[in-house]
Amino acid sequence: MVVGAGPAGLALSSRLAASGISVETVDREDQPGGVPRHCFHSGFGLRDLRRRMTGPAYARHWADAAVRAGAVLRTGVTVTGWSEGPPADPLAVDVTSPAGLERITARAVVLATGARERPRSARLVPGTRPAGVFTTGELQQAVHLHHRPVGRRAVVVGAEQVSYAAVRTLRDAGVEVVAMVTELPYHQASPATALDARLRHGVPLLVDARVSELLGRGRLTGVALRHRDGRGTTVACDTVVFTGDWIPDHELARRGGITLDRASRGPSVDGSFRTDRAGVFAVGNLLHAVEPASTAAREGLLAAEPVLRHLAGGTRPLAWIPVQVEEPLLWVAPNRLDPADPRVEAGGFVLRTEGRLGPWSSLVVRRDGRVLHRQRMVRGAVPGRTVRLSAAWTAKVRAEVTAAVRDPDGGPVRISVER
Amino acid sequence: MTVTVSGPLPDEVYDVVVVGAGVVGAAIARELARYRLRTALVEASGDVGDGTSKANTAILHTGFDAVPGSLEARLVREGRDRLASYAEECGIPVEPIGALLVAWDEEQLAALPALARKAARNGYRRTRTVAADELRSREPHLGSGASGALEVPGESIICPWTTTLAYATQAVRSGVDLHLNCRVTGVGESAARSPRLLTTGRGPLRTKWLVNAAGLYADEFDRLLGHTDFSVTPRRGQLIVFDKLARQLVSHILLPVPTALGKGVLVSPTVYGNVMLGPTAEDLDDKEATGSTAEGLAFLRERGRRIMPELLDEEVTAVYAGLRAATGQDDYAIRSHPEQGYVTVGGIRSTGLTASMAIAAHVVELLTEAGAKVGTARDLVPVTMPNLGEASPRPYQRADLIAADPAYGALVCHCERVSRGEIRDALAADIPPSSPEGLRRRTRALGGRCQGFYCGAAVRALLDASGADAWSSSSLREAAR
Repeated sequence: MVVGAGPAGLALSSRLAASGISVETVDREDQPGGVPRHCFHSGFGLRDLRRRMTGPAYARHWADAAVRAGAVLRTGVTVTGWSEGPPADPLAVDVTSPAGLERITARAVVLATGARERPRSARLVPGTRPAGVFTTGELQQAVHLHHRPVGRRAVVVGAEQVSYAAVRTLRDAGVEVVAMVTELPYHQASPATALDARLRHGVPLLVDARVSELLGRGRLTGVALRHRDGRGTTVACDTVVFTGDWIPDHELARRGGITLDRASRGPSVDGSFRTDRAGVFAVGNLLHAVEPASTAAREGLLAAEPVLRHLAGGTRPLAWIPVQVEEPLLWVAPNRLDPADPRVEAGGFVLRTEGRLGPWSSLVVRRDGRVLHRQRMVRGAVPGRTVRLSAAWTAKVRAEVTAAVRDPDGGPVRISVER
Repeated sequence: MTVTVSGPLPDEVYDVVVVGAGVVGAAIARELARYRLRTALVEASGDVGDGTSKANTAILHTGFDAVPGSLEARLVREGRDRLASYAEECGIPVEPIGALLVAWDEEQLAALPALARKAARNGYRRTRTVAADELRSREPHLGSGASGALEVPGESIICPWTTTLAYATQAVRSGVDLHLNCRVTGVGESAARSPRLLTTGRGPLRTKWLVNAAGLYADEFDRLLGHTDFSVTPRRGQLIVFDKLARQLVSHILLPVPTALGKGVLVSPTVYGNVMLGPTAEDLDDKEATGSTAEGLAFLRERGRRIMPELLDEEVTAVYAGLRAATGQDDYAIRSHPEQGYVTVGGIRSTGLTASMAIAAHVVELLTEAGAKVGTARDLVPVTMPNLGEASPRPYQRADLIAADPAYGALVCHCERVSRGEIRDALAADIPPSSPEGLRRRTRALGGRCQGFYCGAAVRALLDASGADAWSSSSLREAAR
């Protein structure tokens, strides 16, 4: 059973179904496809499907692929919790749909429940509670799926790739974007995107500044900004969009007693997408909020093998080796290794950093003080964007464990930055 | 059944007009609906319970810590029992989880026996002292340093939104007229028992008897009738609501030991399955200052970190602020002015939710004593409210409901698990919502952790289709012209 019909869940479903496995994929939305459903800009599919598509077309591609391969795809079905399965089937969930209540049992459950942006309240932005406050997700759905007017003058909070997507959506809706605001000293999108917004569309980027208060009764009338040096100012607007600051939608994982990564808040998994609950896997942006749809879909495809191994009666490790990060790195996914089989199906690790990493700094992987790997980052890294680490070194962990060079239990793998 | 939101008011003489459709005004209107009286409930806002009532700490109090002998102490005690049975009757969510007054130092520990004696003087004798080790086993996530507690097993959590709405709905179904968007701006002189003329934003309104339940504005309204015996100082309370995943951290209402500065910051589960931290207590002079502040939130987080450090690791679902109607006096300011045919119900603080039904009965008594001919009481039309609480099954958990109407199985708001059927019902109810906030108070839609990331656009589209939302597309388009 696959929970969530976004790119990760659909891609996985298509591959599992193609392998002759009986697959049921459920999604609580009325339409499959996940977040790409409301991303109307093109640029989807380039990396994995070798063609240029919009988000909705990309969503349809994977939904069609899953159905064609024979997966049972059900939308409007909400998983409301885990239930006690019958003795022979270890996994069971309760669902609600217009057809009523059901208990679905499966030998493997894959969580692909995605991520959301933290709203204003979770960011503890003070002030009044007027209308006109959005996240990118809500904005895109309002504009593209429901064709609703938004406002007239907007401030966009954040300067990541998704923030620029919000700017595009606002422009499509005829809303003037009066400013983008980021607490960091620089934007975190591709230079072309940022230049296009600033120069061609005249959207000023205010750096080192944060929204200190929302103003207005009934409708938003402005946002108060505070600059890092203490200066304050007010920008008049009737709309504000809080972008980025993603958090995995981990409710089902957490209610199932699955260990989460403290920093990313996604389930802890190994290189085979296994959580610490037998038979439960996790893929996609539930693990690393937020990677492009193509990355999520690729993980879905890669997760098929481990799921098949599990269904064929594969063994589980007795213990995992934790993979940890040191400052300024925030988190890494996957974040544990199976000592007997430390391969990483996704082909690598995804990390995030809290502070900028300069050009030519290196990621260094150590275990018990021994350097396993050193990887130079030619272009450095910025917060909110992907940092990738090769998984080639995991073979060394396996070799160490097999040869029991030292203590076979050993310590965690630690990833740090050298400048 | 009459609810109006715009246009001129009925050209008739009401027996009683109740000004203010908060929890207290709605309770009074409901109580008046028992009698053969033409009653109107008028409200400046576009919805009932839209002022102080929507943003309180949602506790059904025992009244254990009231000032013994005060009117408030009596009305809270009586109101508690009335509301508890009313809640059961019409489906208002209540969870009797009990409270623990947690002592964090020797001084606070030493203050507990006096609090128990005070509770006894208020007629509440079920308090019990809890030693540190028992406290730890019952609330294992409490911060270090909790040295003991006083248990008040009767304290409960309740849904304040459903309570106000139940009162108002039952009043309307039993014949009370509800006029929304109807601010009363002037009160005419009355000559010897002839009807009094009220000036409102929607035209004139005539009544024989007048009840002031204007909440924060009760003092200003009183001035219109020449009374100056109290003034309302808005006392802001900011609150942080944590995600449902935090609910397993706490099983009681955790109260601080009260000090001279007020009741302090509490941690409490809500009937919606969240955990609330707050309130602050800031005396202001702006009756509209319902914003949160950086200082207030920092203060709450600092307090919360001491009470329950793990709570601060949880996601925040909502931040809000409410204003209590503080008068600087120790008791409610309920005054009858028989010669004017007028009753003021002022200074009703956070206990007003608990006391509301007793306040209402008391006000009807005052009107009767003043000479209002109420006649004999009759039964009210019964109401059953939609269940917003986690303690009993909600529509998405009910196979019978979904079988009868699949719309209850079609979830629109995923975080709060609100179905299309519930939203449809709220929009078609006797008192429909006039804003997304009003819809949230009736269904919980939009009230969850994503705050609209997933469902906001869909919910607003449903609301807009009903024509209820003041910020709907049509009104935005008009504003753009």
